[in-house]
Amino acid sequence: MLFSKKNKEVFVNPLGISNPIMVQVLGICSALAVTSQMKPAIVMGLSVTVILAISNVVMSLLRKTVPNRIRIIVQLVVVAALVTIVSNILKAYLYDVSVALSVYVGLIITNCILMGRIEAFSLQNGPWESFLDGVGNGLGYAIILVIVAFFRELLGSGCLFGFQIIPQSFYDAGYVNNGLMLMPPMALILLACIIWVHRSYNKDLQE
Amino acid sequence: MNTNSNSYTIIYASIMVVVVAFLLAFVSSSLKEKQDKNVELDKMKQILNALNIRDVQNPEAEYQKYVKADQILNAQGAVVSENGGFKIASKDIKADNLPLYVCDVDGARKYVFPVYGAGLWGPIWGYVCLNEDKNTVYGVYFSHESETPGLGAEIDSEKFQRQFSNKHVVNDGEVELGVVKNGKVENPEFQVDGISGGTITSKGVDAMLKNCLSEYNAFLNQK
Repeated sequence: MLFSKKNKEVFVNPLGISNPIMVQVLGICSALAVTSQMKPAIVMGLSVTVILAISNVVMSLLRKTVPNRIRIIVQLVVVAALVTIVSNILKAYLYDVSVALSVYVGLIITNCILMGRIEAFSLQNGPWESFLDGVGNGLGYAIILVIVAFFRELLGSGCLFGFQIIPQSFYDAGYVNNGLMLMPPMALILLACIIWVHRSYNKDLQE
Repeated sequence: MNTNSNSYTIIYASIMVVVVAFLLAFVSSSLKEKQDKNVELDKMKQILNALNIRDVQNPEAEYQKYVKADQILNAQGAVVSENGGFKIASKDIKADNLPLYVCDVDGARKYVFPVYGAGLWGPIWGYVCLNEDKNTVYGVYFSHESETPGLGAEIDSEKFQRQFSNKHVVNDGEVELGVVKNGKVENPEFQVDGISGGTITSKGVDAMLKNCLSEYNAFLNQK
């Protein structure tokens, strides 16, 4: 069954109840680095989704052959090779996208969500389930990135996607952009607030 | 088969490494030509940006139209070669190997100088375009590899770059054009506001302008 109840859960759960950032606490570092504006946050979210889906499928196909003792190394090689190939192809055919992504290539390879999901899911499950898990977790990650970036860009520079949102009259009346919002620590604080809200809705996650 | 035995592990690892190495080498060499072409087109686009010609669709044609020569200068400001400047990579720019793009925009002569330096996280680079008097800035273009989005990365925004228009470069024979801390401009003829929160990147741009344009000192002071 392509969309059995279990598969649906595999896809939907990471968006909320088992979100990679809020619940599994994976991928925090990149969530700090790329969320000072909306655009890089969305680009990063989408690229992680694509790479995570593909690497999950590849590892799931290899799962019966991988020697247990070097499985982490195998995962790392697969992910790194994949990211390098994708970035090479982008450089040849979609140069502008590759320029926009150049900062994130390194961040994608070292993103703990990739290793975490391969280790926890695709080594035990078939390719289709792994694909769903990859897309689900990638999107779950992207959602949080976008929420954090929304507040940081709006409060930090008064813009969204680079367009001025807060009108000039506010500034004339004495409103000042909160420069602290652009610094990484505020991303952590926002993240903590999101986790707080999330947990107060999902009582069973509370410890 | 026992996937936990030593020999299986070693053979598996060796095969994996060889396969991945071949795959990467194949991808990289088969796409090399296209990638180099893209890099070249991008460089043309950047030079055109410094000429305030932005959002070009066909950089190659526009480049041919505006850029008349890519000369190479020596430290005395004399022309060593009429063309070939475009092929010089920024790491090969040195005292006697200085690229200079001579351009014509609507009948007016413009000079474009490449600049390169270091930001906070990685390299930054750009092009500075001067009017015929070799002193007044016509336009600039900066880019970066990995500066912080929203802070240092703003050097590639048009808003930051527009500030440079009509500034002067040379004061008493020395390059004076530079970037100072936001709000600390004392000498608006030569100085530009930096980016608040992007202090190190702004300082990098300042150092880059001074270092690289000083190389052309002899040429800039020839009248």
